[in-house]
Amino acid sequence: MSERIKTGDGGIILTNAEDLMNWARLSSLWPMGFGLACCAIEMMATYAANYDLERFGIMPRPSPRQSDVMIVAGTVTFKMADRIRRLYEQMPEPRYVISMGSCSNCGGPYWEHGYHVVKGVDRIIPVDVYVPGCPPRPEALIGGFMKLQEKIRGKQEAAPQLFLEMEAAGQQAVLS
Amino acid sequence: MITFQEITDIVTSQFPEYAISPDTKNLQPALIVPAQGIAAICRFLHEDERCYFDYLACITAIDHGVAADTMELIYNLTSIPYGSDLALKTVFARNTAEGTLPSVPTVSHIWRTADWHEREAFDLMGITFDGHPDLRRILLPEDWEGHPLRKDYNAQERYHGIYVRYEDGKVLEPSSDPDRV
Repeated sequence: MSERIKTGDGGIILTNAEDLMNWARLSSLWPMGFGLACCAIEMMATYAANYDLERFGIMPRPSPRQSDVMIVAGTVTFKMADRIRRLYEQMPEPRYVISMGSCSNCGGPYWEHGYHVVKGVDRIIPVDVYVPGCPPRPEALIGGFMKLQEKIRGKQEAAPQLFLEMEAAGQQAVLS
Repeated sequence: MITFQEITDIVTSQFPEYAISPDTKNLQPALIVPAQGIAAICRFLHEDERCYFDYLACITAIDHGVAADTMELIYNLTSIPYGSDLALKTVFARNTAEGTLPSVPTVSHIWRTADWHEREAFDLMGITFDGHPDLRRILLPEDWEGHPLRKDYNAQERYHGIYVRYEDGKVLEPSSDPDRV
């Protein structure tokens, strides 16, 4: 790339609104700041200076109302399940979920005798990306975020079409 | 430091009405005491100036299983000024004659720390403590069914509509629970 001196003159980018929105979304994924077990230690390491998630525009938010993505980092107990569901419901759309580690993927080491563990957080909320590991290394979590960014980048915003379909279905239901 | 033999002599002479026996088979000697006398004996051990067990280190609960039909509680006492330790053991039936959970006198009025230890024993093992000020579950959710560390425990099928067992899968039929539609 040749060096250019910035002159302050405006440039032009041609794109469409959908791609622009997707780019904006995937470039500032704000996760909800919460952790459940040992995976949260790796998650904190990923936020911290060595791995520095902020270079991807990812920084934890103290409230579900301000968050785009929920990292379920750790063992989901039945006692916590209601709270996770509530927190997920409090997040504004579009919202994404990264399931981090074996426990939240499928129950992990508690799958057989852990009476208290939900056998996968996807039993209570929809999951976009599963990050394997026990616990996953920071690189793996970053990989998960890359995967999520890929997913958002390729997204054709389905909401208006879906909304129309739902509305039509609702009309049908009312008529029949 | 007071010896185990001395403690045994003091306690047996103080409580002739209870069958108290020393158990020295293992490295850590223990006093076997009847369950109904646990509160009185603990209060004495706490207050008597020769013993002065001012610290309750731990309460352990054991389920010996359906065949043996007994449960056991172990109290680990420590005297901080004397630097002495004592283990109290008590064995009792897993269920009462009416089929309800077993009951043991509380020691939470002697050591505040027993409050949460006893709640945990109640939560996981289903031992109730007579006279406990606040015997609620401490770890599991309030509306959990059963006491999971009992040998005959079977996990409930679902909790708030979520299947508990791994093999039951994640496809949910509509719940019959009227609170969650």
